[in-house]
Amino acid sequence: MKAKIFASIAVAITGAVLLYAVTDFPNFGDPRSPANAGVEGGSPSASLYYIENTYRDTKVPNLVTAILADYRGYDTLFETVVIFTAGMAIFAILRVLRNENAPSAPSPDPEASNRTIDGDHHRIIVGITCRIAVPLVQIFALYVVAHGHHSPGGGFQGGVMLGASFILIALSGSLRDALARFSEASYIRLASIGILIYAGVAFLPLVFGRNFVDYGALKGLLGTDGEEMARSHGIFGVELGVAFTVMSIMFAIFANLSTRGRLKGGL
Amino acid sequence: MIVAFDIIILVFLVIAAIISLSVKDLLAAAMVFGIYGFLICLLWAEMGAVDVAFTEATVGAGVSTVLIVATILNTRRKSTD
Repeated sequence: MKAKIFASIAVAITGAVLLYAVTDFPNFGDPRSPANAGVEGGSPSASLYYIENTYRDTKVPNLVTAILADYRGYDTLFETVVIFTAGMAIFAILRVLRNENAPSAPSPDPEASNRTIDGDHHRIIVGITCRIAVPLVQIFALYVVAHGHHSPGGGFQGGVMLGASFILIALSGSLRDALARFSEASYIRLASIGILIYAGVAFLPLVFGRNFVDYGALKGLLGTDGEEMARSHGIFGVELGVAFTVMSIMFAIFANLSTRGRLKGGL
Repeated sequence: MIVAFDIIILVFLVIAAIISLSVKDLLAAAMVFGIYGFLICLLWAEMGAVDVAFTEATVGAGVSTVLIVATILNTRRKSTD
């Protein structure tokens, strides 16, 4: 009880300090705030540069995508590596490979492991609905990946949606159905391939004597008119790598968490 | 930015946060946490940060709720805290 009182006091004080700090913030969307306009009398800020030059530099209308995949390409590369590492860590901790005596996941329905979307009359409504929904989710996810230049979205969001579509198969039918479509070997392989695609596209400009993640150097390789379009295509390649990795890792985490790493039975 | 809309979302956000912390049934807490993620997604979309809102909708409200539920069903459902 004493600990709770002390914790409440600490939270209240921290909250009061944070609320006090909020009063010093510039107004929402203020064009003269330091983040938007730069230091007074000094050089203009980075965000002003992005707003004025992104379309000229990369021919990508969506500022966020261009900054994430091009100007801040290093960041996104290692963010993808972080997701990959998280997935591999969960795999290393949970996955049971040979020990058959380990406690199995409690399965309320003994037929859970035999259940498929096709043959189960008890959950036929859920099964059919998800069967119709999964292709739509996947097509929308591919659109989000491919159209990330022009509209909100990109590799990360599209990848999560692709992973979620496989999770939906596992939830509506059984994990066996999902693993039949996206096996353990293929998701580990695809996760690594995603990183390799990103690192490969980022590395290629070095071959042409330019900097890492400077996709403009791929002009000759891609046969585009100018360096701007080459950068735009480079961003797409990078997004594709992110989507592969995120899709595989999301499904891998779900498969291992829901079955205690045995990949049998399911929820 | 519409102030009235902001205030409504923020009030629900605080309610959802308190409920998800105080409720004893962890499955219910996970669901309310999903609602919390969706409300934050609404707030960001309304403030113009559509990319962030999209990520929050897919990761925060979608996949992470499923992952938490999958974990709860493999451990204990009641909180002893």
